[in-house]
Amino acid sequence: MIELKNLTKTFQTTDGAVEALKDVTLTVNDGDIYGIIGMSGAGKSTLVRCINMLERPTDGKVLIDGTDMGALSQKQLRDMRRNITMIFQGFNLLMQRTCLKNVCFPLELAGMKKADAKKRAMELLEIVGLPDKANAYPAQLSGGQQQRIAIARALATEPKVLLCDEATSALDPKTTHSILELIKDINRKLGITVIVITHQMSVVEEICNRVAILDGGVVVEEGTVNEIFSAPKSDAAKRLVFPEGFDAPVVERFADEYRIRIVFNGADAAGTPLIARMALEKEICANIMAASTKTIGGKAYGNMLLGISGDKQMLDDAIEYLTEVEDVVVEEVAD
Amino acid sequence: MYDKIFTPEAWQQAWEVVQSEFLMGLWETFYVTVVATFFAVVLGLPLGILLVAGDKGGVLPLPKAVLSTLNIVINLLRSVPFLILMIMAFPLARLIVGTTIGTVASIVPLVIAAFPFVARLVESSLREVNPNIIEAAQSMGASPFQIITKVMIPESIPSLISNITIALTTVLGYSAMSGIIGGGGLGKIAINYGYYRYKYLIMLLAVVLLVVLVQIFQSIGTRLATKLDKRLKNR
Repeated sequence: MIELKNLTKTFQTTDGAVEALKDVTLTVNDGDIYGIIGMSGAGKSTLVRCINMLERPTDGKVLIDGTDMGALSQKQLRDMRRNITMIFQGFNLLMQRTCLKNVCFPLELAGMKKADAKKRAMELLEIVGLPDKANAYPAQLSGGQQQRIAIARALATEPKVLLCDEATSALDPKTTHSILELIKDINRKLGITVIVITHQMSVVEEICNRVAILDGGVVVEEGTVNEIFSAPKSDAAKRLVFPEGFDAPVVERFADEYRIRIVFNGADAAGTPLIARMALEKEICANIMAASTKTIGGKAYGNMLLGISGDKQMLDDAIEYLTEVEDVVVEEVAD
Repeated sequence: MYDKIFTPEAWQQAWEVVQSEFLMGLWETFYVTVVATFFAVVLGLPLGILLVAGDKGGVLPLPKAVLSTLNIVINLLRSVPFLILMIMAFPLARLIVGTTIGTVASIVPLVIAAFPFVARLVESSLREVNPNIIEAAQSMGASPFQIITKVMIPESIPSLISNITIALTTVLGYSAMSGIIGGGGLGKIAINYGYYRYKYLIMLLAVVLLVVLVQIFQSIGTRLATKLDKRLKNR
């Protein structure tokens, strides 16, 4: 279990102090694939570097299985880092070493015998699906292949935690998918806890079970991926979940028009023509002003902004009708 | 000066000197250059590493006073003209090799002139190493010493070779200058015959040989650096 307690990190710059992290408290359970998402400059990279003390937090604690990372000696910290390995956006392979030697590198650091390290490295190259690249140099590989080698390298010391710092941000969508599949596989088969830092909601959607949203160095929302997706509360979360805009008024509101927002909370409603049925059964014509929905695991998440022309009675009818549908929340939008 | 260089008599004389002295001169130049560069690297490499690793934010930060002193000493040595450095190094040469004249004695000022230069070259090579790779090594539990020996140096080998080649050719130029204080080699031949005895053809031939030597050093260095650089694809 990883516990971050009131983490604060302040950088001293020439323009004064910059608070990269403010009082961040999070708990990551064993076996989680935990997403930390935020826009550029939200403090994600600083946060992940505080976990393995590449950045010393100004205040607060990092506890890994109860061990206070900040209280370790240099030597103890180096040993501990073999349990919490990391992959990066830029892969960061040693360019003058073959792939096999790259995977051997952390074992070499740990003082493992060359022959044993080589054997273990070959096994890992099998796991990531690139045994034929053992003697190739990183420059000869594609980005996706380089990240696979980096993953093999990160797994070499049999870590308990894998930190992924924007690990797929430099890759195309198809390669991203295959790398995420690999990470998911590793999480399942080896039981490694994974922390994923990203600015892409799609990455969180694809592999994470829990997510924290970081904005301006503060955790603004935290919960299961489903919770956050269905009802993002903070502005930062709304921006990330619905980058096209949450309820941007597209058309100016008419005098006799009411507006309501329907929120799909994992409803099966996606398959039914909800608005059309309302028109037929209740003879209420709704104008769809804005809609932003996502289907996750066959269920609809998101929201829709409707405009209803008519009197107050019509509005109440519409709200009553829509509220009866399971997992749909309806609210009137005042202005 | 140049009109009477290529007379038959001059060629005759030059040929005799070429036969009697050039082979020895070439060997002395080669030997002095390689030995002086070797010692310059022995001294300069650790200093260059210290400059990078000891920097604020380096893998092994040194006290600011130590680093500043190091920088000042290196700059100081780099700014003394070689001709004057040679004279200033006489006592040290006497201390180390027992004499101030001759080929071996000239190695001492050459090393003194070249090692701060090598330290700066090593510094620039090591600074080229991607800091993210160093961070990755730290994240895997590498100690500062391991980062230096297993990451910084191996990753900058191609650049180090290029830069040491530059040092080698520079030392070669300096070694020719050391002919003035009695250092042997092609430089001595050029100065003795050309400057003191107006045999310009001999001087010219010695210079041609120096140029050839620089070309050979440089092309070997460049080829080696490219060959060893695994960042270059399809090699």
